[in-house]
Amino acid sequence: MSDHGTDLATTEHGDEPQFPLPPHHARLSDTDPRAAKAAEMQVAIMFGLSAVLTIAFVVVYFAFPTNHFLDLGPFGVVQTSNFLLGITFGLAVLLIGLGAIQWAKKLMADEEIIDERHPVGSPQADQDAAAALFQQGVDESGFVERKIVRRTLIGALALFPIPLVVLLKDMGPMPGDSLDHTIWHKGSRIVVDVTGKPIKPEDLDIGTLVAASPEDLDKVQEVEGNQNARAKASIILVRMRPDEIKSQQGENWDYEGILAFSKICTHVGCPIALYQQRTHALLCPCHQSTFDLSDSGKVVFGPAAREMPQLPITVDSDGYLVAQSDFQQPVGPSFWERS
Amino acid sequence: MTSSSVRRHRATGLVVLLAALVATGVGYAAVTGTAQAAAPAATQTQVDHGRQLFLEGCATCHGMGAQGTQEGPGLIGVGAAAVDFQVSTGRMPLSTPAQQAPRKAPVYNAEEVAALAAYVATLGPGPSIPTDSELSTNDADLATGGTLFRTNCAQCHNFAGRGGALSDGRYAPSLMNATPREIFEAMLTGPQNMPNFPNTTMGIQQKQDIIKYIEHLQTASAPGGLALGSYGPVTEGVAAWTLGLGLLLLAAVWIGAKVR
Repeated sequence: MSDHGTDLATTEHGDEPQFPLPPHHARLSDTDPRAAKAAEMQVAIMFGLSAVLTIAFVVVYFAFPTNHFLDLGPFGVVQTSNFLLGITFGLAVLLIGLGAIQWAKKLMADEEIIDERHPVGSPQADQDAAAALFQQGVDESGFVERKIVRRTLIGALALFPIPLVVLLKDMGPMPGDSLDHTIWHKGSRIVVDVTGKPIKPEDLDIGTLVAASPEDLDKVQEVEGNQNARAKASIILVRMRPDEIKSQQGENWDYEGILAFSKICTHVGCPIALYQQRTHALLCPCHQSTFDLSDSGKVVFGPAAREMPQLPITVDSDGYLVAQSDFQQPVGPSFWERS
Repeated sequence: MTSSSVRRHRATGLVVLLAALVATGVGYAAVTGTAQAAAPAATQTQVDHGRQLFLEGCATCHGMGAQGTQEGPGLIGVGAAAVDFQVSTGRMPLSTPAQQAPRKAPVYNAEEVAALAAYVATLGPGPSIPTDSELSTNDADLATGGTLFRTNCAQCHNFAGRGGALSDGRYAPSLMNATPREIFEAMLTGPQNMPNFPNTTMGIQQKQDIIKYIEHLQTASAPGGLALGSYGPVTEGVAAWTLGLGLLLLAAVWIGAKVR
Protein backbone atom coordinates (compact mmCIF):
# COMPACT_ATOMS: atom_id res chain seq x y z
CA MET A 1 0.00 0.00 0.00
CA SER A 2 1.08 3.50 -0.67
CA ASP A 3 0.26 6.96 0.54
CA HIS A 4 -2.16 9.10 -1.39
CA GLY A 5 -1.64 12.31 -3.22
CA THR A 6 1.95 12.01 -4.41
CA ASP A 7 2.40 14.85 -6.84
CA LEU A 8 5.46 13.46 -8.56
CA ALA A 9 5.46 11.50 -11.76
CA THR A 10 6.99 8.53 -9.94
CA THR A 11 5.84 6.16 -7.20
CA GLU A 12 7.08 6.59 -3.66
CA HIS A 13 9.54 3.73 -4.14
CA GLY A 14 11.25 5.68 -6.90
CA ASP A 15 10.27 3.10 -9.56
CA GLU A 16 9.79 4.10 -13.15
CA PRO A 17 6.17 5.30 -13.56
CA GLN A 18 3.89 2.83 -15.31
CA PHE A 19 2.44 5.63 -17.45
CA PRO A 20 5.10 8.31 -17.86
CA LEU A 21 3.81 11.85 -18.26
CA PRO A 22 4.90 13.78 -21.33
CA PRO A 23 7.25 16.69 -20.61
CA HIS A 24 5.46 19.79 -19.36
CA HIS A 25 5.24 22.73 -21.72
CA ALA A 26 4.71 26.08 -20.12
CA ARG A 27 1.93 28.17 -21.67
CA LEU A 28 2.55 31.61 -23.08
CA SER A 29 0.47 33.06 -20.28
CA ASP A 30 2.70 31.28 -17.72
CA THR A 31 5.89 32.83 -19.09
CA ASP A 32 4.76 36.19 -20.45
CA PRO A 33 3.00 38.48 -17.93
CA ARG A 34 1.54 40.51 -20.78
CA ALA A 35 -0.10 37.40 -22.27
CA ALA A 36 -1.44 36.55 -18.81
CA LYS A 37 -2.86 40.05 -18.52
CA ALA A 38 -4.46 39.72 -21.98
CA ALA A 39 -6.04 36.39 -21.02
CA GLU A 40 -7.32 37.93 -17.81
CA MET A 41 -8.93 40.72 -19.83
CA GLN A 42 -10.53 38.21 -22.22
CA VAL A 43 -12.14 36.35 -19.34
CA ALA A 44 -13.25 39.59 -17.72
CA ILE A 45 -14.79 40.82 -21.01
CA MET A 46 -16.78 37.58 -21.37
CA PHE A 47 -18.12 37.78 -17.83
CA GLY A 48 -18.83 41.50 -18.21
CA LEU A 49 -20.63 41.00 -21.52
CA SER A 50 -22.72 38.28 -19.91
CA ALA A 51 -23.79 40.73 -17.22
CA VAL A 52 -24.71 43.33 -19.85
CA LEU A 53 -26.77 40.76 -21.77
CA THR A 54 -28.62 39.70 -18.65
CA ILE A 55 -29.65 43.32 -18.09
CA ALA A 56 -30.53 43.55 -21.80
CA PHE A 57 -32.83 40.55 -21.35
CA VAL A 58 -34.84 42.42 -18.73
CA VAL A 59 -34.93 45.54 -20.91
CA VAL A 60 -36.12 43.56 -23.94
CA TYR A 61 -38.79 41.85 -21.89
CA PHE A 62 -40.40 45.19 -21.08
CA ALA A 63 -39.50 47.05 -24.30
CA PHE A 64 -41.04 44.87 -27.01
CA PRO A 65 -44.71 43.89 -27.23
CA THR A 66 -45.41 40.35 -28.43
CA ASN A 67 -47.02 41.63 -31.65
CA HIS A 68 -43.79 43.25 -32.86
CA PHE A 69 -42.03 41.34 -35.64
CA LEU A 70 -38.54 41.53 -37.11
CA ASP A 71 -37.56 40.58 -40.66
CA LEU A 72 -34.30 38.63 -40.65
CA GLY A 73 -34.09 38.24 -44.43
CA PRO A 74 -33.18 34.65 -45.29
CA PHE A 75 -33.99 33.52 -41.74
CA GLY A 76 -37.60 34.60 -42.07
CA VAL A 77 -39.77 36.84 -39.96
CA VAL A 78 -39.51 36.33 -36.21
CA GLN A 79 -41.30 37.70 -33.20
CA THR A 80 -38.91 40.42 -32.00
CA SER A 81 -39.42 39.84 -28.29
CA ASN A 82 -39.06 36.05 -28.60
CA PHE A 83 -35.94 36.36 -30.74
CA LEU A 84 -34.14 38.94 -28.59
CA LEU A 85 -35.03 37.21 -25.31
CA GLY A 86 -33.53 34.00 -26.64
CA ILE A 87 -30.42 35.71 -28.00
CA THR A 88 -29.68 37.72 -24.84
CA PHE A 89 -30.40 34.94 -22.35
CA GLY A 90 -28.66 32.28 -24.42
CA LEU A 91 -25.51 34.36 -24.94
CA ALA A 92 -25.46 35.45 -21.28
CA VAL A 93 -25.33 31.80 -20.18
CA LEU A 94 -22.92 30.85 -22.95
CA LEU A 95 -20.47 33.66 -22.10
CA ILE A 96 -20.30 32.57 -18.42
CA GLY A 97 -19.40 29.09 -19.66
CA LEU A 98 -16.90 30.31 -22.25
CA GLY A 99 -15.28 32.64 -19.71
CA ALA A 100 -14.91 29.84 -17.17
CA ILE A 101 -13.31 27.55 -19.74
CA GLN A 102 -10.96 30.29 -20.95
CA TRP A 103 -10.02 31.03 -17.32
CA ALA A 104 -9.25 27.35 -16.69
CA LYS A 105 -7.33 26.90 -19.92
CA LYS A 106 -5.15 29.99 -19.79
CA LEU A 107 -4.83 31.12 -16.18
CA MET A 108 -5.46 28.31 -13.71
CA ALA A 109 -2.47 26.09 -12.83
CA ASP A 110 -1.89 23.39 -15.43
CA GLU A 111 0.86 21.31 -13.80
CA GLU A 112 0.36 17.58 -14.42
CA ILE A 113 0.01 15.60 -11.20
CA ILE A 114 -0.54 11.96 -10.30
CA ASP A 115 -3.23 11.05 -7.82
CA GLU A 116 -2.89 7.47 -6.60
CA ARG A 117 -6.14 5.60 -6.10
CA HIS A 118 -7.31 4.89 -2.58
CA PRO A 119 -7.09 1.28 -1.39
CA VAL A 120 -10.52 -0.28 -1.70
CA GLY A 121 -10.80 -2.20 1.58
CA SER A 122 -11.03 -0.71 5.11
CA PRO A 123 -8.11 -1.34 7.49
CA GLN A 124 -8.29 -4.70 9.30
CA ALA A 125 -8.79 -2.99 12.68
CA ASP A 126 -11.91 -1.17 11.36
CA GLN A 127 -13.28 -4.42 9.94
CA ASP A 128 -12.77 -6.25 13.26
CA ALA A 129 -14.41 -3.40 15.17
CA ALA A 130 -17.44 -3.43 12.86
CA ALA A 131 -17.81 -7.20 13.21
CA ALA A 132 -17.58 -6.94 17.00
CA LEU A 133 -20.20 -4.18 17.03
CA PHE A 134 -22.55 -6.32 14.95
CA GLN A 135 -22.09 -9.33 17.22
CA GLN A 136 -22.73 -7.12 20.24
CA GLY A 137 -26.02 -6.02 18.67
CA VAL A 138 -27.03 -9.63 18.02
CA ASP A 139 -26.27 -10.58 21.63
CA GLU A 140 -27.93 -7.57 23.24
CA SER A 141 -31.11 -7.70 21.15
CA GLY A 142 -31.63 -11.38 21.90
CA PHE A 143 -32.37 -12.04 18.25
CA VAL A 144 -31.08 -15.62 18.58
CA GLU A 145 -32.63 -16.52 21.95
CA ARG A 146 -36.04 -14.91 21.53
CA LYS A 147 -37.35 -17.23 18.85
CA ILE A 148 -40.92 -15.98 18.83
CA VAL A 149 -39.88 -12.40 18.17
CA ARG A 150 -37.54 -13.49 15.40
CA ARG A 151 -40.10 -15.67 13.69
CA THR A 152 -42.97 -13.16 13.83
CA LEU A 153 -40.66 -10.47 12.43
CA ILE A 154 -39.66 -12.73 9.56
CA GLY A 155 -43.32 -13.53 8.92
CA ALA A 156 -44.32 -9.86 8.92
CA LEU A 157 -41.54 -8.96 6.49
CA ALA A 158 -42.44 -11.88 4.22
CA LEU A 159 -46.06 -10.68 3.94
CA PHE A 160 -45.18 -7.01 3.57
CA PRO A 161 -44.81 -7.05 -0.30
CA ILE A 162 -48.31 -8.48 -0.79
CA PRO A 163 -50.12 -5.08 -0.95
CA LEU A 164 -47.72 -3.99 -3.67
CA VAL A 165 -48.66 -7.05 -5.73
CA VAL A 166 -52.38 -6.51 -5.10
CA LEU A 167 -52.09 -2.90 -6.28
CA LEU A 168 -50.97 -4.16 -9.70
CA LYS A 169 -54.66 -4.91 -10.29
CA ASP A 170 -55.14 -1.19 -10.93
CA MET A 171 -53.28 -1.61 -14.22
CA GLY A 172 -56.46 -3.31 -15.42
CA PRO A 173 -59.21 -3.98 -16.09
CA MET A 174 -58.37 -6.26 -18.99
CA PRO A 175 -59.85 -4.95 -22.23
CA GLY A 176 -62.10 -7.98 -22.56
CA ASP A 177 -63.78 -8.02 -25.95
CA SER A 178 -63.90 -4.20 -26.24
CA LEU A 179 -61.13 -4.27 -28.84
CA ASP A 180 -63.22 -6.58 -31.04
CA HIS A 181 -66.15 -4.17 -31.37
CA THR A 182 -66.87 -0.62 -32.44
CA ILE A 183 -70.07 1.41 -32.00
CA TRP A 184 -71.16 0.57 -35.54
CA HIS A 185 -74.27 -1.61 -35.51
CA LYS A 186 -76.96 -2.73 -37.89
CA GLY A 187 -78.70 0.36 -39.23
CA SER A 188 -76.26 3.05 -37.91
CA ARG A 189 -76.36 5.89 -40.35
CA ILE A 190 -73.11 6.96 -41.94
CA VAL A 191 -72.52 10.72 -41.65
CA VAL A 192 -69.85 13.07 -42.98
CA ASP A 193 -67.16 13.63 -40.35
CA VAL A 194 -67.12 17.15 -38.81
CA THR A 195 -70.39 18.30 -40.45
CA GLY A 196 -72.50 15.29 -39.38
CA LYS A 197 -74.51 15.28 -42.61
CA PRO A 198 -76.15 11.93 -43.45
CA ILE A 199 -75.19 10.59 -46.88
CA LYS A 200 -77.23 9.29 -49.78
CA PRO A 201 -75.60 7.06 -52.41
CA GLU A 202 -76.19 9.65 -55.15
CA ASP A 203 -74.09 12.15 -53.14
CA LEU A 204 -70.96 10.26 -54.17
CA ASP A 205 -69.53 10.40 -57.67
CA ILE A 206 -67.02 7.92 -59.05
CA GLY A 207 -63.75 8.79 -57.31
CA THR A 208 -65.32 10.55 -54.33
CA LEU A 209 -63.72 10.17 -50.92
CA VAL A 210 -65.67 10.93 -47.74
CA ALA A 211 -64.23 10.91 -44.21
CA ALA A 212 -67.18 9.55 -42.24
CA SER A 213 -68.31 8.48 -38.79
CA PRO A 214 -71.39 6.87 -37.21
CA GLU A 215 -74.38 9.12 -36.56
CA ASP A 216 -74.58 8.37 -32.82
CA LEU A 217 -70.91 9.11 -32.15
CA ASP A 218 -71.64 12.29 -30.18
CA LYS A 219 -74.00 10.50 -27.81
CA VAL A 220 -71.47 7.77 -27.15
CA GLN A 221 -68.77 10.33 -26.48
CA GLU A 222 -70.89 12.08 -23.90
CA VAL A 223 -71.45 8.82 -22.06
CA GLU A 224 -67.89 7.53 -22.21
CA GLY A 225 -66.13 10.86 -22.15
CA ASN A 226 -63.26 9.71 -24.33
CA GLN A 227 -62.06 9.58 -27.90
CA ASN A 228 -61.72 5.80 -28.12
CA ALA A 229 -65.11 5.33 -29.78
CA ARG A 230 -64.33 7.97 -32.39
CA ALA A 231 -60.90 6.54 -33.09
CA LYS A 232 -62.22 3.01 -33.57
CA ALA A 233 -65.31 3.94 -35.59
CA SER A 234 -63.68 6.33 -38.10
CA ILE A 235 -64.19 5.19 -41.68
CA ILE A 236 -63.70 6.37 -45.21
CA LEU A 237 -66.22 5.96 -47.99
CA VAL A 238 -65.02 5.66 -51.57
CA ARG A 239 -66.90 5.10 -54.76
CA MET A 240 -65.60 3.25 -57.81
CA ARG A 241 -67.25 1.69 -60.84
CA PRO A 242 -68.76 -1.66 -59.74
CA ASP A 243 -66.79 -3.45 -62.47
CA GLU A 244 -63.53 -2.11 -60.97
CA ILE A 245 -64.15 -3.98 -57.70
CA LYS A 246 -62.10 -7.17 -57.94
CA SER A 247 -63.13 -8.63 -54.59
CA GLN A 248 -64.64 -7.71 -51.25
CA GLN A 249 -64.40 -9.10 -47.73
CA GLY A 250 -68.02 -10.20 -47.89
CA GLU A 251 -70.69 -10.64 -50.53
CA ASN A 252 -72.65 -7.44 -51.28
CA TRP A 253 -70.79 -5.43 -48.64
CA ASP A 254 -70.68 -2.48 -51.06
CA TYR A 255 -73.62 -0.39 -52.21
CA GLU A 256 -73.50 0.22 -55.97
CA GLY A 257 -69.73 0.63 -55.92
CA ILE A 258 -69.59 2.55 -52.63
CA LEU A 259 -67.18 0.86 -50.23
CA ALA A 260 -66.58 1.62 -46.54
CA PHE A 261 -63.25 0.86 -44.90
CA SER A 262 -61.78 1.50 -41.46
CA LYS A 263 -59.58 4.58 -41.32
CA ILE A 264 -57.12 3.01 -38.89
CA CYS A 265 -54.01 1.34 -40.31
CA THR A 266 -53.65 -2.33 -39.34
CA HIS A 267 -49.92 -1.86 -38.79
CA VAL A 268 -49.61 0.49 -35.80
CA GLY A 269 -52.87 2.40 -36.00
CA CYS A 270 -52.19 5.65 -37.85
CA PRO A 271 -55.36 7.25 -39.25
CA ILE A 272 -55.11 7.07 -43.02
CA ALA A 273 -57.02 8.62 -45.87
CA LEU A 274 -54.36 9.05 -48.56
CA TYR A 275 -56.55 7.57 -51.24
CA GLN A 276 -55.40 7.54 -54.86
CA GLN A 277 -58.66 7.42 -56.73
CA ARG A 278 -57.22 6.07 -59.99
CA THR A 279 -55.18 3.20 -58.52
CA HIS A 280 -57.63 2.65 -55.62
CA ALA A 281 -54.57 2.52 -53.36
CA LEU A 282 -54.88 3.67 -49.75
CA LEU A 283 -51.49 4.75 -48.47
CA CYS A 284 -50.37 5.12 -44.86
CA PRO A 285 -48.02 8.08 -44.36
CA CYS A 286 -46.35 6.58 -41.30
CA HIS A 287 -44.69 3.47 -42.77
CA GLN A 288 -45.97 3.41 -46.37
CA SER A 289 -48.29 0.42 -45.95
CA THR A 290 -50.51 0.39 -49.03
CA PHE A 291 -53.93 -1.25 -49.29
CA ASP A 292 -55.84 -1.98 -52.50
CA LEU A 293 -59.41 -0.96 -51.76
CA SER A 294 -60.65 -2.49 -55.02
CA ASP A 295 -59.36 -5.90 -53.90
CA SER A 296 -60.69 -6.54 -50.37
CA GLY A 297 -58.38 -3.88 -48.92
CA LYS A 298 -55.49 -6.30 -49.09
CA VAL A 299 -51.92 -5.17 -48.37
CA VAL A 300 -49.96 -4.53 -51.58
CA PHE A 301 -46.93 -2.87 -50.01
CA GLY A 302 -45.39 -2.08 -46.65
CA PRO A 303 -45.21 -3.57 -43.16
CA ALA A 304 -48.95 -4.01 -42.46
CA ALA A 305 -49.75 -7.71 -42.01
CA ARG A 306 -53.54 -7.65 -42.32
CA GLU A 307 -56.09 -6.31 -44.77
CA MET A 308 -57.92 -3.07 -44.01
CA PRO A 309 -61.22 -4.09 -42.33
CA GLN A 310 -64.27 -3.40 -44.50
CA LEU A 311 -67.59 -2.23 -43.07
CA PRO A 312 -70.62 -3.82 -44.77
CA ILE A 313 -73.06 -1.09 -45.86
CA THR A 314 -76.47 -0.70 -47.45
CA VAL A 315 -79.24 1.94 -47.52
CA ASP A 316 -82.13 2.31 -45.09
CA SER A 317 -85.78 2.92 -45.96
CA ASP A 318 -85.16 6.69 -46.23
CA GLY A 319 -82.38 6.10 -48.77
CA TYR A 320 -79.45 6.99 -46.50
CA LEU A 321 -76.29 4.90 -46.29
CA VAL A 322 -76.19 2.73 -43.15
CA ALA A 323 -74.01 -0.06 -41.77
CA GLN A 324 -75.23 -3.62 -42.26
CA SER A 325 -73.51 -4.56 -38.98
CA ASP A 326 -70.40 -3.83 -36.94
CA PHE A 327 -66.99 -4.63 -38.44
CA GLN A 328 -66.58 -8.37 -38.77
CA GLN A 329 -63.00 -8.22 -37.47
CA PRO A 330 -61.19 -5.98 -34.95
CA VAL A 331 -60.03 -2.67 -36.44
CA GLY A 332 -56.60 -1.18 -35.94
CA PRO A 333 -53.26 -2.81 -35.13
CA SER A 334 -52.76 -6.38 -33.93
CA PHE A 335 -52.85 -7.20 -30.20
CA TRP A 336 -51.98 -10.28 -28.17
CA GLU A 337 -55.46 -11.60 -27.56
CA ARG A 338 -56.53 -11.12 -31.18
CA SER A 339 -57.89 -14.35 -32.56
CA MET B 1 -0.59 -4.37 -4.10
CA THR B 2 -2.43 -1.29 -5.19
CA SER B 3 -2.84 -0.71 -8.81
CA SER B 4 -0.53 2.07 -9.83
CA SER B 5 -2.68 3.25 -12.67
CA VAL B 6 -2.14 6.90 -13.40
CA ARG B 7 -4.88 9.42 -13.80
CA ARG B 8 -4.01 12.53 -15.61
CA HIS B 9 -5.34 15.74 -14.23
CA ARG B 10 -5.60 17.38 -17.59
CA ALA B 11 -6.64 16.12 -20.93
CA THR B 12 -3.48 15.93 -22.96
CA GLY B 13 -4.46 14.43 -26.29
CA LEU B 14 -5.68 16.68 -29.00
CA VAL B 15 -8.97 15.37 -30.28
CA VAL B 16 -9.16 15.62 -33.99
CA LEU B 17 -12.72 15.62 -35.20
CA LEU B 18 -14.18 16.51 -38.50
CA ALA B 19 -17.61 18.02 -38.21
CA ALA B 20 -19.21 18.25 -41.57
CA LEU B 21 -22.00 20.74 -41.54
CA VAL B 22 -24.47 20.26 -44.29
CA ALA B 23 -26.29 23.36 -45.19
CA THR B 24 -29.51 22.50 -46.85
CA GLY B 25 -31.14 25.04 -49.01
CA VAL B 26 -34.73 24.76 -49.83
CA GLY B 27 -35.49 26.08 -53.26
CA TYR B 28 -38.71 27.45 -54.30
CA ALA B 29 -39.93 27.21 -57.84
CA ALA B 30 -41.96 30.32 -57.99
CA VAL B 31 -44.84 29.65 -60.26
CA THR B 32 -47.22 32.48 -60.53
CA GLY B 33 -50.86 31.54 -60.48
CA THR B 34 -52.93 32.94 -63.25
CA ALA B 35 -55.94 34.76 -61.96
CA GLN B 36 -58.74 34.76 -64.44
CA ALA B 37 -62.22 36.10 -64.44
CA ALA B 38 -64.96 33.49 -64.25
CA ALA B 39 -65.97 32.34 -67.70
CA PRO B 40 -69.08 34.01 -69.07
CA ALA B 41 -71.84 31.92 -70.58
CA ALA B 42 -70.48 29.98 -73.54
CA THR B 43 -71.30 31.21 -76.99
CA GLN B 44 -71.41 29.04 -80.11
CA THR B 45 -68.33 30.82 -81.46
CA GLN B 46 -66.51 29.96 -78.25
CA VAL B 47 -67.54 26.30 -78.46
CA ASP B 48 -66.39 26.12 -82.10
CA HIS B 49 -63.09 27.75 -81.20
CA GLY B 50 -62.70 25.29 -78.33
CA ARG B 51 -63.43 22.33 -80.59
CA GLN B 52 -60.80 23.49 -83.02
CA LEU B 53 -58.23 23.90 -80.24
CA PHE B 54 -59.21 20.48 -78.87
CA LEU B 55 -58.69 18.74 -82.20
CA GLU B 56 -55.31 20.42 -82.61
CA GLY B 57 -53.92 20.04 -79.10
CA CYS B 58 -55.82 17.41 -77.14
CA ALA B 59 -57.37 14.84 -79.49
CA THR B 60 -54.12 12.87 -79.93
CA CYS B 61 -54.40 11.50 -76.42
CA HIS B 62 -58.05 12.09 -75.49
CA GLY B 63 -59.52 10.92 -78.85
CA MET B 64 -61.21 12.78 -81.67
CA GLY B 65 -64.54 12.68 -79.84
CA ALA B 66 -62.94 13.03 -76.37
CA GLN B 67 -63.90 9.40 -75.76
CA GLY B 68 -60.41 8.59 -74.45
CA THR B 69 -57.59 6.43 -75.83
CA GLN B 70 -54.76 4.28 -74.50
CA GLU B 71 -52.85 7.52 -73.89
CA GLY B 72 -55.43 9.54 -72.03
CA PRO B 73 -58.80 9.34 -70.27
CA GLY B 74 -62.11 10.23 -71.85
CA LEU B 75 -63.36 13.73 -71.14
CA ILE B 76 -67.08 13.24 -71.64
CA GLY B 77 -68.80 14.49 -68.50
CA VAL B 78 -65.66 15.78 -66.73
CA GLY B 79 -67.13 19.28 -66.97
CA ALA B 80 -65.72 22.74 -67.58
CA ALA B 81 -64.22 22.91 -64.08
CA ALA B 82 -61.85 20.00 -64.79
CA VAL B 83 -60.66 21.56 -68.07
CA ASP B 84 -60.21 24.96 -66.45
CA PHE B 85 -58.16 23.44 -63.61
CA GLN B 86 -55.95 21.21 -65.76
CA VAL B 87 -55.23 23.69 -68.57
CA SER B 88 -55.02 26.97 -66.63
CA THR B 89 -52.47 25.47 -64.21
CA GLY B 90 -50.42 24.20 -67.17
CA ARG B 91 -50.84 20.55 -66.10
CA MET B 92 -52.42 19.88 -69.51
CA PRO B 93 -51.25 19.56 -72.21
CA LEU B 94 -48.78 17.05 -70.86
CA SER B 95 -45.16 17.73 -71.90
CA THR B 96 -43.94 14.19 -71.19
CA PRO B 97 -45.84 11.09 -70.10
CA ALA B 98 -45.21 10.60 -66.38
CA GLN B 99 -46.88 9.32 -63.21
CA GLN B 100 -48.16 12.81 -62.60
CA ALA B 101 -48.62 15.99 -64.60
CA PRO B 102 -46.75 18.80 -62.82
CA ARG B 103 -47.89 22.40 -62.57
CA LYS B 104 -46.14 24.54 -65.19
CA ALA B 105 -46.59 27.75 -67.16
CA PRO B 106 -49.92 27.47 -69.02
CA VAL B 107 -49.78 26.83 -72.76
CA TYR B 108 -53.17 28.40 -73.54
CA ASN B 109 -54.26 31.89 -72.64
CA ALA B 110 -57.37 32.64 -70.59
CA GLU B 111 -59.57 33.04 -73.66
CA GLU B 112 -58.43 29.71 -75.12
CA VAL B 113 -58.91 27.92 -71.80
CA ALA B 114 -62.46 29.27 -71.61
CA ALA B 115 -63.11 28.06 -75.18
CA LEU B 116 -61.76 24.59 -74.41
CA ALA B 117 -63.82 24.40 -71.23
CA ALA B 118 -66.94 25.52 -73.09
CA TYR B 119 -66.40 22.82 -75.73
CA VAL B 120 -65.83 19.98 -73.22
CA ALA B 121 -68.87 21.13 -71.23
CA THR B 122 -71.03 20.49 -74.31
CA LEU B 123 -69.93 16.81 -74.41
CA GLY B 124 -71.79 15.79 -71.27
CA PRO B 125 -73.03 17.20 -67.95
CA GLY B 126 -70.24 17.83 -65.45
CA PRO B 127 -69.15 20.32 -62.81
CA SER B 128 -69.01 23.86 -64.16
CA ILE B 129 -66.46 26.54 -63.34
CA PRO B 130 -67.28 28.03 -59.90
CA THR B 131 -68.85 31.47 -59.97
CA ASP B 132 -67.48 34.48 -58.13
CA SER B 133 -70.15 34.17 -55.45
CA GLU B 134 -69.25 30.50 -54.94
CA LEU B 135 -65.62 31.52 -54.48
CA SER B 136 -66.38 34.34 -52.05
CA THR B 137 -64.95 33.66 -48.62
CA ASN B 138 -66.65 36.62 -46.95
CA ASP B 139 -68.93 34.35 -44.91
CA ALA B 140 -66.35 31.57 -44.49
CA ASP B 141 -65.26 30.39 -41.05
CA LEU B 142 -61.52 30.01 -40.60
CA ALA B 143 -61.70 27.64 -37.62
CA THR B 144 -64.18 25.29 -39.31
CA GLY B 145 -62.00 25.43 -42.40
CA GLY B 146 -59.04 24.32 -40.31
CA THR B 147 -60.96 21.34 -38.90
CA LEU B 148 -62.18 20.34 -42.37
CA PHE B 149 -58.69 20.77 -43.80
CA ARG B 150 -57.13 18.54 -41.17
CA THR B 151 -59.86 15.91 -41.62
CA ASN B 152 -59.94 15.84 -45.42
CA CYS B 153 -56.84 17.46 -46.92
CA ALA B 154 -53.90 17.40 -44.50
CA GLN B 155 -53.12 13.70 -44.83
CA CYS B 156 -51.89 14.20 -48.41
CA HIS B 157 -51.22 17.93 -48.68
CA ASN B 158 -49.37 18.25 -45.30
CA PHE B 159 -50.66 20.07 -42.21
CA ALA B 160 -49.30 23.35 -43.58
CA GLY B 161 -50.42 22.69 -47.18
CA ARG B 162 -46.87 22.09 -48.41
CA GLY B 163 -47.71 18.84 -50.22
CA GLY B 164 -46.28 15.38 -49.72
CA ALA B 165 -45.27 12.11 -51.34
CA LEU B 166 -47.66 9.36 -52.38
CA SER B 167 -46.78 6.01 -53.95
CA ASP B 168 -44.66 5.26 -57.07
CA GLY B 169 -43.53 8.82 -57.71
CA ARG B 170 -46.97 10.33 -57.33
CA TYR B 171 -47.34 13.24 -54.97
CA ALA B 172 -49.84 15.68 -53.55
CA PRO B 173 -48.70 19.13 -54.75
CA SER B 174 -48.04 22.10 -52.51
CA LEU B 175 -51.02 24.45 -52.13
CA MET B 176 -48.89 27.55 -51.62
CA ASN B 177 -49.53 28.88 -55.14
CA ALA B 178 -53.07 27.58 -55.58
CA THR B 179 -55.75 30.19 -56.20
CA PRO B 180 -59.22 29.89 -54.59
CA ARG B 181 -60.65 28.95 -57.98
CA GLU B 182 -58.08 26.18 -58.48
CA ILE B 183 -58.68 24.82 -54.97
CA PHE B 184 -62.45 24.82 -55.52
CA GLU B 185 -62.11 23.12 -58.91
CA ALA B 186 -59.68 20.52 -57.57
CA MET B 187 -62.07 19.56 -54.76
CA LEU B 188 -64.95 19.45 -57.21
CA THR B 189 -63.30 17.38 -59.94
CA GLY B 190 -60.56 15.33 -58.24
CA PRO B 191 -57.73 15.87 -60.72
CA GLN B 192 -55.38 12.93 -61.38
CA ASN B 193 -55.20 10.72 -58.29
CA MET B 194 -56.93 13.14 -55.95
CA PRO B 195 -60.36 11.90 -54.90
CA ASN B 196 -63.22 14.32 -55.55
CA PHE B 197 -65.26 16.07 -52.88
CA PRO B 198 -68.57 16.97 -54.60
CA ASN B 199 -70.87 19.65 -53.20
CA THR B 200 -73.23 16.90 -52.01
CA THR B 201 -70.79 15.58 -49.40
CA MET B 202 -68.71 18.73 -48.93
CA GLY B 203 -70.97 21.72 -49.42
CA ILE B 204 -70.06 25.04 -51.01
CA GLN B 205 -69.92 26.62 -47.54
CA GLN B 206 -67.41 24.01 -46.38
CA LYS B 207 -65.33 24.49 -49.53
CA GLN B 208 -65.24 28.23 -48.81
CA ASP B 209 -64.16 27.50 -45.23
CA ILE B 210 -61.33 25.33 -46.52
CA ILE B 211 -60.29 27.95 -49.10
CA LYS B 212 -60.17 30.58 -46.36
CA TYR B 213 -57.97 28.31 -44.26
CA ILE B 214 -55.60 27.61 -47.17
CA GLU B 215 -55.38 31.35 -47.88
CA HIS B 216 -54.46 31.78 -44.23
CA LEU B 217 -51.75 29.13 -44.59
CA GLN B 218 -50.42 30.89 -47.68
CA THR B 219 -50.07 34.25 -45.96
CA ALA B 220 -49.55 33.41 -42.28
CA SER B 221 -46.09 34.27 -40.97
CA ALA B 222 -44.14 31.78 -38.91
CA PRO B 223 -43.30 33.54 -35.62
CA GLY B 224 -40.48 31.04 -35.10
CA GLY B 225 -38.48 32.34 -38.06
CA LEU B 226 -37.23 29.71 -40.53
CA ALA B 227 -40.06 27.21 -41.06
CA LEU B 228 -37.67 24.85 -42.88
CA GLY B 229 -40.36 24.11 -45.44
CA SER B 230 -42.94 23.23 -42.75
CA TYR B 231 -42.15 19.57 -43.37
CA GLY B 232 -42.05 18.84 -39.65
CA PRO B 233 -39.56 16.62 -37.85
CA VAL B 234 -37.53 15.60 -40.92
CA THR B 235 -36.07 18.98 -41.84
CA GLU B 236 -36.13 20.20 -38.24
CA GLY B 237 -34.28 17.07 -37.15
CA VAL B 238 -31.64 17.47 -39.87
CA ALA B 239 -31.07 21.09 -38.82
CA ALA B 240 -30.92 20.28 -35.11
CA TRP B 241 -28.56 17.34 -35.53
CA THR B 242 -26.13 18.85 -38.03
CA LEU B 243 -26.04 22.43 -36.71
CA GLY B 244 -26.63 21.77 -33.02
CA LEU B 245 -24.50 18.67 -32.68
CA GLY B 246 -21.83 20.16 -34.96
CA LEU B 247 -21.49 23.20 -32.69
CA LEU B 248 -21.31 20.97 -29.59
CA LEU B 249 -18.55 18.91 -31.22
CA LEU B 250 -16.58 22.06 -32.04
CA ALA B 251 -17.00 23.23 -28.43
CA ALA B 252 -15.75 19.86 -27.16
CA VAL B 253 -12.70 20.10 -29.42
CA TRP B 254 -11.98 23.63 -28.17
CA ILE B 255 -12.29 22.62 -24.49
CA GLY B 256 -9.96 19.66 -24.99
CA ALA B 257 -7.37 21.45 -27.11
CA LYS B 258 -3.93 22.01 -25.56
CA VAL B 259 -3.10 25.66 -24.94
CA ARG B 260 0.16 26.85 -26.45
